[in-house]
Amino acid sequence: MADTESYGFDTLQIHAGARPDPTTGSRQTPIHQTTAYVFRDAEHAAALFNLQEVGYIYSRLTNPTVAVLQERIATLEGGVGGVCCSSGHAAQIMALFPLMSPGCNVVVSTRLYGGTVTQFSQTIKRFGWSAKFVDFDDLSAITEAIDENTRAVFCESIANPGGYITDLDKISKISDKALIPLIVDNTSATPYLCRPIEHGATLVVHSTTKYLTGNGTVTGGCVVDSGKFDWASSNKFPSLSEPEPAYHGLKFFETFGPLAFTFFGIAISLRDLGMTMNPQAAHYTLCGIETLSLRMDRHVDNAEKIAKWLEEDSRVEFVSYAGLKSSPYYERVKHICPRGAGGLFTFGVKGGYEACIKLVDSLEIFSHVANLGDARSLIIHSASTTHRQLTREQQQAAGAAPDTVRVSIGIESVEDLIGDLNQALAKATS
Amino acid sequence: MNTNDKRIKNILDSTKVIACVGVSPNRIRPSYFVLRYLYFKNFRVIPVNPTYAGGILFGERILGSISEINSEVKVDMLDIFRKSEAVLPIVEDALKHLKKLKTIWMQIGVSNEEAAGIALKQGLEVVQNKCPKIEYQRLFGELRMAGFNTGIISSRLILN
Repeated sequence: MADTESYGFDTLQIHAGARPDPTTGSRQTPIHQTTAYVFRDAEHAAALFNLQEVGYIYSRLTNPTVAVLQERIATLEGGVGGVCCSSGHAAQIMALFPLMSPGCNVVVSTRLYGGTVTQFSQTIKRFGWSAKFVDFDDLSAITEAIDENTRAVFCESIANPGGYITDLDKISKISDKALIPLIVDNTSATPYLCRPIEHGATLVVHSTTKYLTGNGTVTGGCVVDSGKFDWASSNKFPSLSEPEPAYHGLKFFETFGPLAFTFFGIAISLRDLGMTMNPQAAHYTLCGIETLSLRMDRHVDNAEKIAKWLEEDSRVEFVSYAGLKSSPYYERVKHICPRGAGGLFTFGVKGGYEACIKLVDSLEIFSHVANLGDARSLIIHSASTTHRQLTREQQQAAGAAPDTVRVSIGIESVEDLIGDLNQALAKATS
Repeated sequence: MNTNDKRIKNILDSTKVIACVGVSPNRIRPSYFVLRYLYFKNFRVIPVNPTYAGGILFGERILGSISEINSEVKVDMLDIFRKSEAVLPIVEDALKHLKKLKTIWMQIGVSNEEAAGIALKQGLEVVQNKCPKIEYQRLFGELRMAGFNTGIISSRLILN
């Protein structure tokens, strides 16, 4: 909506959405720890409930602290608006909910975070939705998978557990042709490394728990809308294009135009699903996001050095990082995430499953946790943890085979990280 | 604030009377939403729609055409809620009858380069494919409350 291109990313990550508090002059965004907001008068209350005016009603829907974070992320992604919620998983439901109805499906990449594979292959079936898993390097397979009941295409920009970059430009051409939106999970890349909307994405989802917050303090999610999709171009999206009974027959897209998806997220999805972000969480994430670009540069720098070191080590079977020249996706980095392939990658240890477990247990600086995007370096053996619920084939497709460990490289001194890996590899392969 | 945002803000700041062509008295129609909003923000709104001529909307009689607007009323802006193909004669009519007109505004989904060209040549401001309600909410702070990208960065203290 707004031409913010006149400001640099580093300025926007600090200032977008925030202003000095108009009552107190507080420079940092206050934590508005309140459930409800006083109306000016009955007319004002009615206008808010009818969506005729924008304002605060109740913190399940909107909150001044959360709103600052929403505008911040929407601005960094180049979208028109954002809705924050309680986690990245909630954000995925928030993205799909306005698009889907029983019997509908979403065409998704096989290269996804294991938790998302489970959410899409199992849990969404309880809503009557389904997912079709496709290798997103096989463009004709994506086209073939899209049928009359498909309502979205879903992938991750830099796929977790790392090493894979989705060719968003090519995928968005396919979804455009099918008149359905492309949803991109941009958690592993962040808008500093990749801006999916510039590559044709309609919606961007985030787990704000990861790099956006940056220090592993709070969980959160966000859905950003590009404002570019014509929800009335077919009869596939009645939630947005047809009369909404809960608002006297108002049509969201007709009434709010490019802001329709975001208004729906607040007025229907958060109102009735209730997966709200709390203002404390928004505060931690707002503090973290102020240094996003600085951290991402260091994450990428460290990841590149460590990946190169590992690749030359005889105890290591392979390194799967798109920032390495040996990666089949090295060329894609230049187009999709030119500032670097992220801080997340996998590598195989000679000695397979047992050696991987031993490596994880021998590290001193790396933490063994099921998280990523923390300032500190993290490691996990995906096959026995995050991707445990998956079949062997699903694990292989997701890059989480039994002989593979995933690392989320932090912003510590790189020599110390290499030293730690060196001593642990010695123990793992002795 | 970028140049185009400054231009839009100047238009809204200097506008007092808005004639709305194609406005509906149906309470769930977008045009009603917009007119209602502008009315409550203290703009004088003059509804024009032959289908509903004679009715009353926000204290004003709905007129059948632009030429029926009292020549003593200084209309600053014409807001058009009609399909793009219908815009040219409306703009020609407005330029003929509304001597103090400063802005032609076409709603989201509405644009007409020929009509815009004629208005620009006569020194008017032209805004196409935008909504004055959304722009007002964006530039005067309201959309910030719902997490929209307003494009506005400021470290100045504006006390309530």
